[in-house]
Amino acid sequence: MELLVASSVGLMTAVGVYLILRLRSFPVIVGLTMISYACNVFIFASGRVVAGLPPILSKDAAAYTDPMPQALVLTAIVISFGMTAVLVMMALGAFFEAGDDRVDLDEEGAE
Amino acid sequence: MSPALIAVLPFLGALLPGLMIRAGRNACAATTGFVTLLALIGLLLHAPAVLRGEVITARIDWLPQLGLTASFFLDGLGLLFATLILGIGLLIILYARFYLSERDPMGQFYTYLMLFQGAMTGIVLSDNILLLLVFWELTSLSSFLLIGYWKHLPEGRQGARMALAVTGGGGLAMIAGMLILGQIAGSYDLTVILQAGEAIRASDWYLTALVLILLGAFTKSAQFPFHFWLPHAMAAPTPVSAYLHSATMVKAGIFLLARLWPVLAGTPEWVWIVTSAGLITMVLGAVIGLFKDDLKALLAFSTVSHLGLITMLLGFGTKAAATVAVFHIVNHASFKAALFMAAGIVDHEAHSRNIKRLGGLRHLMPITFAITTIAGLSMAGLPPFNGFLSKEMMLEEAAHTAPWLIPALALLGATFSVAYSFRLIAHTFLGPRRSNDPHLPHDPGFGLWGAPAFLALLVVLIGLMPMTFAGWIVDAAASAVTGGPVAAKIYHWHGLDSPALWMSLAAVGGGLALLGLHPALDRLWQATPRPEGKRIFDAAFGLLTRLAGGVTRRLHGGALGQYLALALVTILGVSLYAFLSGSHSPGARALQPVEPVMAAGWLALMAASLGVALLHRQRLLTLVLIGVVGLMVSVGFAYLSAPDLALTQISVEVATVILMLLALNFLPKTTPAHSSTARKTRDWAIAGATGLGTAALIYALMTRDFAFPTIAEYHLANSKTLGGGTNVVNVILVDFRGYDTFGEITVLGIAATLIFALTETLLRPGPANDRLRNWKSDTPDAGDRHPLMMVVATRMMLPIALMVGIYIFLRGHNVPGGGFIAGLVVAIALVMQYMASGFGWTAARQRIDYHGIIGAGVLVAAATGIGSWFAGRPFMTSNYGYFEIWPLEKFELATAALFDLGVFLTVLGAVMLALSSLSRIATRAGQTTNTEAYDMQDKFQPEDK
Repeated sequence: MELLVASSVGLMTAVGVYLILRLRSFPVIVGLTMISYACNVFIFASGRVVAGLPPILSKDAAAYTDPMPQALVLTAIVISFGMTAVLVMMALGAFFEAGDDRVDLDEEGAE
Repeated sequence: MSPALIAVLPFLGALLPGLMIRAGRNACAATTGFVTLLALIGLLLHAPAVLRGEVITARIDWLPQLGLTASFFLDGLGLLFATLILGIGLLIILYARFYLSERDPMGQFYTYLMLFQGAMTGIVLSDNILLLLVFWELTSLSSFLLIGYWKHLPEGRQGARMALAVTGGGGLAMIAGMLILGQIAGSYDLTVILQAGEAIRASDWYLTALVLILLGAFTKSAQFPFHFWLPHAMAAPTPVSAYLHSATMVKAGIFLLARLWPVLAGTPEWVWIVTSAGLITMVLGAVIGLFKDDLKALLAFSTVSHLGLITMLLGFGTKAAATVAVFHIVNHASFKAALFMAAGIVDHEAHSRNIKRLGGLRHLMPITFAITTIAGLSMAGLPPFNGFLSKEMMLEEAAHTAPWLIPALALLGATFSVAYSFRLIAHTFLGPRRSNDPHLPHDPGFGLWGAPAFLALLVVLIGLMPMTFAGWIVDAAASAVTGGPVAAKIYHWHGLDSPALWMSLAAVGGGLALLGLHPALDRLWQATPRPEGKRIFDAAFGLLTRLAGGVTRRLHGGALGQYLALALVTILGVSLYAFLSGSHSPGARALQPVEPVMAAGWLALMAASLGVALLHRQRLLTLVLIGVVGLMVSVGFAYLSAPDLALTQISVEVATVILMLLALNFLPKTTPAHSSTARKTRDWAIAGATGLGTAALIYALMTRDFAFPTIAEYHLANSKTLGGGTNVVNVILVDFRGYDTFGEITVLGIAATLIFALTETLLRPGPANDRLRNWKSDTPDAGDRHPLMMVVATRMMLPIALMVGIYIFLRGHNVPGGGFIAGLVVAIALVMQYMASGFGWTAARQRIDYHGIIGAGVLVAAATGIGSWFAGRPFMTSNYGYFEIWPLEKFELATAALFDLGVFLTVLGAVMLALSSLSRIATRAGQTTNTEAYDMQDKFQPEDK
């Protein structure tokens, strides 16, 4: 199971990084979204993964998983939505302001 | 009055002039003067105790973890300096009231002056060297404001910049030196450091600390080779020059040398560096001063020279020399401040400071003449004035110091000092009038000459009766400097066998001769090429600026991809180094089994992620795949015991995809192929390495046990008893870490407001708005703008969705759910109405402002937190209880639920504000059909009636 989680985090990071290195705003935003997923899962997994032990107190639960990373990630998910929304808005603004959706200032950067 | 209050008073006073200037210039000056006077009185009340040898302390712990305490102490040296700073400050405030013209913003001036005064007082009263450093940097900053006060003068701005660069740069070196000092002594308290002199001098780091601290002191006190900034700072208004360059700013370096004298002095390194720097500065300043025609420039170089003299005396390292240094600090402050103010009066009345154009003013301005003569003769070191006494003692000390070069150079400096002092008096006031100005200058009113006259009186009194008027304070200060009791004996007559007498006579004779030869020497001086400090400084600064600009342009050339690639490669490099330089052992934690369902989910996730990367040019498809990734992530959360995360992730997913869809409506639907194969290969390499690194890191983390016991145990054990909820994640969010959550919802609210502001900017007239109006969709519209099925379905679902939202909210404290998730669910239910029935229809029925919802949410959360104050508990302490209301079962109410309501409202408002902002753009982009409220009845109206 650990291997599956780790490989998903790795691939999502790699895809995100590749996309934020593109030259247009839309892939960059998508890339950041992918990196957000990867980060959230990373933080969550740092509390060690285990199936079937949700941190809901009850009399017949044998054990619980670590609730702390979950609380941190929960707010992180919501904040990353806010961040994505701001970025989308900035990308739209830049698109209407400049007439195209390049993320580079000058032509030199674009290959 | 506590020493801390004395240091803080000027800062408080800095707030007043800006307000009081509205009541007039007199009120403004009077208030400023009153605050200074208050601090001075507070200080002098301590004087009897300090003179008895007591040390007054005040201590406030500020950051005890860093050893930073706001502790102050007042001993003899501090008393002397603080009296000079506040006393002369008071005189300057009076003088500036009449000096500044109607056009100068006086409130600003006094504010800067008080800031500076506070910083200086802070330096001399600090007992903690870190605190001292803070004040030290504050003097650099506030003097920058003062020197550049006349913003319209380019020389003023350049001079201010140079002063800041030199003294600020020296201050940075001093920070390092002080930290080393503190490390050696084991404390940052001056009182401790002063006791640790032996250990510090024996330390291997002594020389490093000494050089760094001296850099700070020498730059501040304009010692060679950093003397060049001081004359350029003369572009400041004269009250500033009189204050900064007689008693305060430049004396800060001297103060530091005196303060740390017991710790640092006495070693050969100290003697060599400090004595030679002082000696060179003294001679150089005196020589250059003789050839300056600007009154203030002459005084500036004279200041440089006298500071060199004091530095040299401190450099000798003997108690007697240090005592003379303290005495000369008092004398120099009195005559130099008087001279600066007198020069300002001449400038003010005769409209020129050029000695070559002045002359013959003695009949026109007798009072100014008298003041200048008294102070000037004191500067030259003639009896019976105070400058004579300390110069005599200085020559005495120098004469007994080997090698012979030191007394010889000291004599040379003294000779030039006599020459420029005589020149100042003779060429300005004696002889014929050289100016053709028909306007005859005359003495100003008392306001301007009162302050320098008082100082000139002191010059005479100390000169005549040194033991009565200065002996006690010199004793107290010198005792503090040398760390032992000092009883100075100040004589006028040292006897015929004293070398000082003959040296003095030689200096006066030489000075007169130099003055006689001045025209010839001046021609020679003007013809001799010499290095110009300002030009070297400007060249060095220009080079630095170009270098920094070059680096910045290369690293920050406007290509986002380049920055990110550079940053990522750096992170990868550092991580690789950390990995290779550490040791590793295999993970011992048992692996969790893989079940077939999870394997299938993993496959879907991996395939969708790869798809996103490979097919990212087709943007709509990318969004679909992103949706799959998000869905799989939330399934993963659900499987791995995080039901709250799963719920949050899936609802955020929906909102994100809707948001991106709305944006994509406007953006191009495909990404053009731009990148070369080489660039793609490079990017894949970076991406692959980052991904591998991350995967390896989290794998390593998951296969090892916790290095320390986690805080999870505490939360699990106390969630029910303290927080009153069984859903530990929710209890953490709204209770244990409620403060964090409060911050987070505030950020979310700010983000949403930012989106709204950006939309407003876009919709304002401008190129963006024009493009928006002329925007044409590049894909054909769907045949049916509002499909009937969807309209009916969403409207029927709305109450159900709202109920689900409320249900999720209410149960959140005990089972998965809560404010965050409920907010998202309700937001999605509302957004669906926008999507199905159109913006106009929904907006007409949804009358609550989203800003208001966000604000209400944050306020509710804050009010809940504040509520615990009324129960006598700290901010955000929660409480809960059980209630029974028929016919309901017994249920629990927690204040945390109210906090969660704030979270719910903020999330709802933020999501809605973000999405509706995007919809407003769509409305503007020519989709006029949407502005009318759409209703189902429209569907059934015959098209062609």
